Order: sequence, then structure tokens, then C-alpha cells
Amino acid sequence: MERVADPMAPAVQRGRVDAQTVAFVAMLVALAIAPFVAYPVFLMKALCFALFACAFNLLIGYGGLLSFGHALFFGWASYVAAHMAKVGVINLPYPAGVVHWGWLTIPLPPLTPELAILFGTAAAALLGLVVGALAIRRQGIYFAMITLALAQMMFFFALQAKFTGGEDGIQGVPRGRLFGIIDLSNEMAMYAVVVAVFLGGFLLIYRIIHSPFGEVLKAIRENEARAISLGYRTERYKLLAFVLSASIAGLAGATKAIVFQLASLTDVHWTMSGEVVLMTLVGGLGTVFGPVVGAVVIVGMQNYLATFGEWVTVIQGAIFVVCVLLFRRGVIGEIAHLLRIKL
Amino acid sequence: MVEIFGIPSTALFGQLLLGLINGSFYALLSLGLAVIFGMLNIINFAHGAQYMMGAFAAFLLLQYLNVNYFAALVLAPIVVGAIGVVIERTMLQWLYKLDHLYGLLLTFGLALVIEGIFRHQYGSAGQPFAIPTGVLEVPFWPYELKLTGVRNLGFMFLPNYRAWVIFVSLVVCFGTWFVIERTKLGSYLRAATENPTLVRAFGINVPRMITLTYGFGVGLAALAGVLAAPIYNVSPQMGSDLIIVVFAVVVIGGMGSIMGAIVTGFGLGIIEGLTKVFYPEASNTVIFVIMAIVLLIRPAGLFGRRA
Repeated sequence: MERVADPMAPAVQRGRVDAQTVAFVAMLVALAIAPFVAYPVFLMKALCFALFACAFNLLIGYGGLLSFGHALFFGWASYVAAHMAKVGVINLPYPAGVVHWGWLTIPLPPLTPELAILFGTAAAALLGLVVGALAIRRQGIYFAMITLALAQMMFFFALQAKFTGGEDGIQGVPRGRLFGIIDLSNEMAMYAVVVAVFLGGFLLIYRIIHSPFGEVLKAIRENEARAISLGYRTERYKLLAFVLSASIAGLAGATKAIVFQLASLTDVHWTMSGEVVLMTLVGGLGTVFGPVVGAVVIVGMQNYLATFGEWVTVIQGAIFVVCVLLFRRGVIGEIAHLLRIKL
Repeated sequence: MVEIFGIPSTALFGQLLLGLINGSFYALLSLGLAVIFGMLNIINFAHGAQYMMGAFAAFLLLQYLNVNYFAALVLAPIVVGAIGVVIERTMLQWLYKLDHLYGLLLTFGLALVIEGIFRHQYGSAGQPFAIPTGVLEVPFWPYELKLTGVRNLGFMFLPNYRAWVIFVSLVVCFGTWFVIERTKLGSYLRAATENPTLVRAFGINVPRMITLTYGFGVGLAALAGVLAAPIYNVSPQMGSDLIIVVFAVVVIGGMGSIMGAIVTGFGLGIIEGLTKVFYPEASNTVIFVIMAIVLLIRPAGLFGRRA
């Protein structure tokens, strides 16, 4: 973790960095102990969602942009990664005539997991560029509705496209060998990979938030008109933030596809977009560690309440309502507020 | 068989009719969203769930209290609207000073709760709701109004119930437009949208107006639900997929204008119906594609004003 000595406000600055370092070390320790205490599959699921929530939080917490369609990037990255790991051959449609498509075939063999994840992430970045360029043309509530609508459109594509397998999804995706060497069917090896991916994404987001770019992003969140008057081209900042967030969400989704050997419609559905909002809200919007805690809480809750059927939805909705009405800072935000530190 | 552009005319008009029906629901729902957004500055994500509640209210009233369809058409919106009033008083009113996004999140949570409860109670499969068989007698109207049966228009067959849906939704839409744009009550509403503090200074009870506006918007959704009950099955998730399309409709039309919401709603319904004829694969997505194009060409929406 980087420390920047700032002579202007040393006490506050040092206190903040220290609290975050302590929390980060605590998280590392927890990650090291966890596989001996809990099921690795549960942990890997929680970590994928934690990274997903962190990516989402980058947009809402630091850019003030509520994307209600983040499942689009998560789910499509998982489709692409699953396809690349299982089949490999790419068929790209191009328009040939009025309503006819031609197909451009790139014959690739099934790829190793790290390449498959890379492909998934790249696909999410590309989708993020297109969706982001459209969505940032409107602000606030419209932004949320546009992302939701475009995500729904891509949900229908996923339902109709051939390679996604429709209702069945892509099943039996091989975990394969990392770099062609390490066998990932071993749970511990897989867990280590997921932890590495998670930490990589997490530190990248931390770096983005604390970079000059992140500062401008926060300025746009607080007062976009003022940021424009200061000469910042805010659309570019917002678009870059959107693409970064989409890519990291894609990284999480692609990893999840490899871990669970499955890509399905659940991950592109709007309920998934809602879940990631819930995780971030529970943990704390605009906090570094909040989304991680929120994801663990929600995934854990889903695990324990799985037998209750429809009540899980009801409980999730009720948590939404309670969080918005009484608990807007979230778990980590509340702790940070009580201890007067930044987390 | 008459053909238009190589498509049998009956298929074409049939899909156009379906498009008009869908358009009626888009118009009614986006109208309610626009009215609520105007006063409360909140996007009511629970709108789809409230539409579903309207359909279920009609179903339950018939099932348990033997209330007929026409009474339900009035009662269900009142009941669901009253629930809306309670929601506004107990929850939404605390959010007006916060970022608009919290309203969206809260109503999203409410939608999950409502949908989950209904799914737990009635399962995911739909409950059939028969087209009402009763005859409505309208004073000074020589014909009896029957909702069952089909009318032959020469170029196509028109099920009576579908004509009824389009008729009711047109009446309600233009009634709402008239009240908001042409009456004194409407002028209070519009003034309170622009500057609530000033309107309060004139001695008008703005908070109550806000509450009733939410109740009215929710009632509109419920009315759409009752109208939809005999066409689609009454099912817990009937609202959630619809509401996302309605969001796209609202983005296309812009929420600044009541007439804009109505015209966009019907127009997009028709376009969707035509897509089903000419390129069925795209019928699910055509409205979203149009939304993307509108965002590129006219980011503020067709009827919106640049903020």
C-alpha cells in the first residue's frame, strides 16, 4: 500500500492510511485462515461477488453514478470466459444485407483458464465502452434506467444467442490448468487463484481511487458543473470510470465462470444487478472495504437461507428498505463513522 | 388473402392490435411514472409490482368477495393506491431531502418484497383470469357493452376486450392529461413541481398533494394491472419485466411532458408490434435499440427538455 507524505495535513492523512492498512492486513489474515474454517467453494463465491461489488462501488461510491445494469458485464464476461475455456472457436456476426448476418469464424482451441478470464474481461471492457458511452449522455436517475434497460437488452441477447446455450447456460466448463501447468481442479489451487485475482482487482481499485484521476472523479460526484468550469472534460472521466468498473466486474464474472464451471442466465438477469447494489449498500457506499463485507454478508445469508425459497427475495428487499431508511452508511461506513477513521 | 409487403394483412393487423394493447400499458405505466417523478422526484421502481398488485387485487376480489370486474376496475386502484399512500407516508417522505437515487433503491427493495410475498403465496405460475362476461349498460347508449366475443371489422377480427382496453387507457390517459394541464388542481400540481416552497407559502398543503399524487400514480399502475389481468395471466412476475421496458419508454420520451409519455407509450407499442411481424427475433429488444438511437441523436429524449 502506498503512503504519500502530505505535509499539509499530516495527522489526518496518517491516521487514515494507517486504519486502512490495518484493515487490509486483517483482510489478508482472514483470507489465509478462511479456507481451513469455511468451505472453499463458498469463499470463492463470496470473493467473486466481493470483487464485483468493489467494481460497482468504484462507480457509485466515487463517481456518483448508479449503474443498475452491472450484471451485464459480470454475466457476459462469464459467458465469454466459459465459452473460451470450453470451446474456443469465435463466431463473430457481421451485417450482410438488411436483416441477415454473416459469420466470421476465428478457429481457436479451448484456452487455458487465465486466457479465458482475460477474454471475458476484455469483452466486458468493450461492452462497458459501448454502454458507458450511451449512458453518460444522461445524468442521475436516467443513468440508472438506461443501464438497466441496456442490460435487459443484453439479457435477451444471451437468451437468444446460440453460444450461450439459452436456458441451459454453458455447463461443464473445464477449470483446466493455469498457464498449462497448475491443475485447478484442486480446490486449494483454485482458491489461491481466486484470492490472487481478487487482491489484484481490489488493489487496482484502491490505486484508482487514490490517484489524481480518482480525485477528479470525486470532484465530479460532488459538483459536476464546477468540475466542468475548472476545465475537466467530465464525460471522459466518467466514461473511463465506467469502462474500468465494467472490466473489473467482468474479471469477477469470468473468474466465477471458471470456479463454478458454469455460465448461466442468472448472472445476466436484472436481479443480479440488484444484488450487487444491495451488497455495496449493506457494506457501505463509497468505502474501500464495505463492498467486501457486504458481499460476504449477502452471500452468507443466501447460503444459510437457501431452504426458505421465496423468503430470500423478501428478506433482501426488506434489507434494501431498512438500509435506505435507517442505515445509509452501511456496516463499514457506520464503523468508520464511530471510530472517526476512513475505511 | 390480402398481402402487404409480403405479409398477410390479418397477421399484420393482428400484431398492430397487439402492439396497441402493449402500447396502452406502456402509456398508462409511463404516465404514472412521469406524474410521480414530477412531484416526488423519485423513480418508482415498485411501479411494476404495483401493477401486478392491481391484477391480483382484481383476481382476489373476484375469488373471495365475488366482486365483478367492473367494480374491481374501480376498487382495485383505490385499494392499491391506498397502500401507495401508506408507503409514501411511512417511507418515501423521509427521502425527499436526499439524493434521488435513494428513492430508486427503496422502491426497488419494496418491489422485491412485494414480488417475493406474492410468489411465495401463489407460486410463479400464472392464475387464469377469464374475460368478464357481464354486460355493462351505459345510460343513453343504445348498444349493450359486452367484453367477450369478437367483432368482424372486415379486414380483421377485433376481440371486444382488446378494444375495451385501448378505449379505457386512452380515456384515462387523456383524462389525466386534461386534469394536469387544463384544470386549477393541475395548475397547483405543476406549480408545486416547480417551486414547492412558494406554493406552500400560498397556503396550499403541498405534502398532502405529494402523498395523493403518489397514491394516484400507484392507482394508475393498479388500473393497468386490472386491465391486463384477462389478457396476460395474473402472475407475480408480470410487472418486473414490463417495468424495465417502461423505463426505456420513459428514457425515450423524457419525463417532462405528460403528452410525451402517452404518445411515446402508444408509439413504441405499435413499433414493437410491427417488429414482431417483420423481424420477430428483435421484438424483445427493439425498444432498447430505439432507446440507444434516441440517446445518440437526442440525449434529452424526444419530449424532454435539456436540464
